Amino acid sequence: MIDSILETRGLTKRFGGLVASKAISLDLRQGEIHALIGPNGAGKSTLIKQIAGGLQPDEGSVHFDGKDVSKLSTAARARLGMGRTFQISSLAMEYTVLQNVVLGALGHRGNVFWFFNNVMKDAELLETADAALTKVGLEDFRNFRASDLSHGQRRQLEVAVALTLDPKAFLMDEPMAGLGAEGSQQLIGFLDTLRHQAPILLIEHDMDAVFSLADRVSVLVYGEIIATGTVDDIRTNSDVRNAYLGEEGAA
Amino acid sequence: MTKETLLNAVLLCLLLAVPLIAWVSDEPFIITLTTRAVIFAIAGIGLNFALGFGGLVSLGHAVFFGIGGYVMGILAYHAQTYTPLMEWPFAVEGTKSMLIVWPVAVVVSGLAALAIGALSLRTTGVYFIMITLAFGQMLYYFTISWSTYGGEDGLSIYVRNTFPGLNTMDPIQFFAICYVLLLIVLIGVHCAARSSFGLMLRAAKQNEERVQAVGQGPYRLYLIAFTISGAITGLAGALFADLNRFVSPTMLSWHTSGEIMVFVILGGVGRVFGPVAGAALFILLEHSLGGLSEYWHIYLGAILLGVVLFARGGLYGLLAGREVAHD
Repeated sequence: MIDSILETRGLTKRFGGLVASKAISLDLRQGEIHALIGPNGAGKSTLIKQIAGGLQPDEGSVHFDGKDVSKLSTAARARLGMGRTFQISSLAMEYTVLQNVVLGALGHRGNVFWFFNNVMKDAELLETADAALTKVGLEDFRNFRASDLSHGQRRQLEVAVALTLDPKAFLMDEPMAGLGAEGSQQLIGFLDTLRHQAPILLIEHDMDAVFSLADRVSVLVYGEIIATGTVDDIRTNSDVRNAYLGEEGAA
Repeated sequence: MTKETLLNAVLLCLLLAVPLIAWVSDEPFIITLTTRAVIFAIAGIGLNFALGFGGLVSLGHAVFFGIGGYVMGILAYHAQTYTPLMEWPFAVEGTKSMLIVWPVAVVVSGLAALAIGALSLRTTGVYFIMITLAFGQMLYYFTISWSTYGGEDGLSIYVRNTFPGLNTMDPIQFFAICYVLLLIVLIGVHCAARSSFGLMLRAAKQNEERVQAVGQGPYRLYLIAFTISGAITGLAGALFADLNRFVSPTMLSWHTSGEIMVFVILGGVGRVFGPVAGAALFILLEHSLGGLSEYWHIYLGAILLGVVLFARGGLYGLLAGREVAHD
């Protein structure tokens, strides 16, 4: 039995007549980057919402770190160690970069119900926060407001906040989206080293990123996983070529 | 020193200087007026805790203001009529001591906020506004029909509650009590705003998804914020009833809720000192415009419209700029 941190078993989600997820079973193993690709509308976001919480599957279950977490709230799953980044940056926009990462460190530490401490002077939280900022290369922007950051910097900040959670697995929803060539290259290099800290379930449109990073790739089409395998398996898989790569080639 | 700290200092000095000058020149009416502003400021600070820090638009805060008022009124009524508040399961007497009235007002209004919040916070947006308003109306009509305590006519209290060593019937001494309470509340809220809880709560206001992703449930944060908010407003209610030596259902009407919200919006939503500026400005306008015309609310409305349209941060946004994120 291969050691997997995250596993979905037969996840099915229907919206009326539309089956957005059709008996999806996939797993994320220690030390790997498992990429999830698929054309627009394939149900990638629906799937990640069922994994991270916020959307209840009609059938099937999600197992994380040996526990069935299907009934847990988003917050509870995050506490167990799911570090999520969002497709559209989801930050506290009025806060500075530093406040955003301190927020992550605080959420992870717990003890939120302290009313008379000065949280921005908490050495322990600041240490975690600064370490995360340095890792993603935002240390010079710690006093910028999140709303004043560039799009790419917000993506970096998303990752930095996820780092402060010291997660057991990362769920990353299109972290490269809108990053530009240079930014993508930097993030690819970073994610490459990150997989040794915790495995990554990577939803990504950028094929170069997927093919250079992923240990395994799953292809989602119309709510169904049509193939899972190594990069080479997927490149040569005829179903995938027809359903997905072919479509992109034609476009 | 930032502009904001400077503005805070000026505001507190003005609030202290005006009644002192009035005291020297023997104008008790001005002292009472300033005391009103101070009490309204405390009520606004209470609402601001939920509205400004948590983004909870409550149109029912008059409930907590009124509960504070009725706690004071009922305790004082039993004390002045020498009737026990209740005899079973244990005897409780009324009291005229502020040191007892305040904690009771804070606890009772806090518990009411906990109960109302627990139900209301299951909804969001406009439904939350409506449900808080509905609770407000419910308690408003309850007090109207509560004949034991005067019903629609309310309760009159002959003399103010007592505070050890002070003559509370002297306007300047009563003002001093309220002013010191305002300072205490301001210090507490200032600390809470930059605490762990404050950071998480204000993050939830900006982005609930973010708070969940770092492992915290917004509901508990909101509920505790709403409870603290109600408790502070309740304290203001007890002081207000004491100031007027009168409590009536008007304190619970939705006009009062609206007025408390006006203090917050005028001053600056989410700024610790915002409601102080808002309440002071409100009283100033009421006093100056009220002299010009009976329909002074028209002008107040126009000013409020101007603030909402052109100075979204209220007085504080206008004078002190955007909030400095942290120091």
